[in-house]
Amino acid sequence: MGKIMLEVKDLKTKYITRFHEDVYSVDGVSLTIEEGKSLGIAGESGCGKSTLALSLMGYYFAPLHYVSGDIIVDGRNISGMNPDDVRKNILGNEIAYIPQAAMNALNPTQKIIRFIEDVIHAHDKSMSKKDIYDMAKERFAILGLPEDVLQKHAVELSGGMKQRTVIAISTILSPKVLIADEPSSALDVTSQKMVIKMMRDLMEKGYIKSMIFITHELPLLYNVTDDIMVMYAGRIVEKASAKDMVFDPLHPYSKGLMGSIIVPEEGVRDHKLTAIPGTPPNLKHPPEGCRFADRCKYATPTCKAMDPQTIELPNGRMYSCLMSERKLREVYANE
Amino acid sequence: MSKFDPNTAKPCLTGRGVTKVFGMGDKKTVAVDHVDFNFREGEFVSIVGESGSGKTTLSKMLLGLINVTEGEIDFMGQPRDISSGKKRKEYWKGIQAIFQDPFASYNTFYKIDAVLLDCLKMTGKGHLPMEKKVELMTEACSFVNLRFAELTNKYPFELSGGQRQRLMIARIFLLRPKILLADEPTSMIDACSRSTILDMLQKLREEINMTIIFITHDIGLAYYVSDTVYIMEHGKFVEYGPAEECILHPKAAYTQRLINDVPKIYEEWDLSTV
Repeated sequence: MGKIMLEVKDLKTKYITRFHEDVYSVDGVSLTIEEGKSLGIAGESGCGKSTLALSLMGYYFAPLHYVSGDIIVDGRNISGMNPDDVRKNILGNEIAYIPQAAMNALNPTQKIIRFIEDVIHAHDKSMSKKDIYDMAKERFAILGLPEDVLQKHAVELSGGMKQRTVIAISTILSPKVLIADEPSSALDVTSQKMVIKMMRDLMEKGYIKSMIFITHELPLLYNVTDDIMVMYAGRIVEKASAKDMVFDPLHPYSKGLMGSIIVPEEGVRDHKLTAIPGTPPNLKHPPEGCRFADRCKYATPTCKAMDPQTIELPNGRMYSCLMSERKLREVYANE
Repeated sequence: MSKFDPNTAKPCLTGRGVTKVFGMGDKKTVAVDHVDFNFREGEFVSIVGESGSGKTTLSKMLLGLINVTEGEIDFMGQPRDISSGKKRKEYWKGIQAIFQDPFASYNTFYKIDAVLLDCLKMTGKGHLPMEKKVELMTEACSFVNLRFAELTNKYPFELSGGQRQRLMIARIFLLRPKILLADEPTSMIDACSRSTILDMLQKLREEINMTIIFITHDIGLAYYVSDTVYIMEHGKFVEYGPAEECILHPKAAYTQRLINDVPKIYEEWDLSTV
């Protein structure tokens, strides 16, 4: 077992709306990532994926608020920290975050090298511009980005190139955890592949120690990460290795999600796509029992009354459902 | 999975040498370059290409929103005539569209029932008594798993993305056009609602024997839903044919590249070829 890079214990965060109502969009999430591993988070829109990403950074601003739980980055608990301290000491060198529209974050009036100077000077004022340039040049060369990008403005770059540049900038301090929230969703397939290749390179060459990859595109997740977690209504419903998750999902919700995968490969046309009826519950007033019970085909009256516990299987898989593994497999086999 | 038979279906929308040029002289851009196509009745056609390949320009020409620089388009066997506003409106009774962003398709100040009532008016059912109209609207809504009673008095912004797109399909159900042009209808909604929308499009096609022209950049999706696939690069169709053949045994280098770049689950995804 490798060194644990990120450990999250029972993290709860909430949004406070204009009308002073609490919305618990991350409700008791626990996860661990070891060094050199990557974790994917999947789920439909509004299930709390992006909120989880923001919460993991430990950097809260209204309307998002911290409630309880621990976030431990490489042995250091950052959950109770003052946001200013988090920004100065954690973001960039311990945790880096890439949002979906990251490429729009570049100020059009500045050259790319200026952003890199900014990032480095925020943490270490002593480095000279010359040293920074050399360091950036070296890093860009390793990641396959042309050197002249450093002297360009953001508007001169294509969308895919901008996204890769942003990733290179945010990982320049070699963070321990990289949180990527849909980094390739706005790109076409070829640029997407380049972004993924680059993130793999970053992992392999040790510039980032571990990665959390958030997307709703399951085939992509399957190819990028070691493990996949499925999130539903602010909770983790299942965690398994990428292969197990795609080909042998246990939780009825994961099963439904995996049934919606479309890839251009033989035989896919003969599958019937499964759709999960209904919509996710409103988290202002979450249902009492299992949160998926209303949409679950196999739900029993007990499901609606009792909250399922997370069950851990011997092979490291986790799922939270009232039905046992054997029972679930039986039900799926009979379909 | 479909009942479409390429040998017996009649042509519905055909084009010869359709071209669109933007700008003049040095700044000339040929967005669509002499494309020929033959979309048949009841066919599910996908047009696949990357951003900038001219898919959307072609779809705008098909809809008659922009003029064709060169070439001819036939609709139901006759040359298409959209020379005047009135004729264009007549043409739009036969061809309708669903766009990527369902929110942009609605008038923010119209209630949902007004949107659907407009459709009834367009199909010449405006004179019917209110009870009959409500019945028709309820039927259309239940076709897309929405409850009409819950929608009345609501505005489009009160619905979720998937619901808005489904309501768009309910509109098509009322209008019953010959052709539906769907421009990336599922790219803004997640995978789960995507299957629902695709299912509904298939059901709708079977119900009213409609031609669906599906424009997408997702080659996996095109493979899954369509009978025929057209692959577009730089304003030209580089390859077209039945979906099975076109996607599983691609001939054009561009198609091969597109397929290579999509993440797979059964085979290894080769990352070294970028």
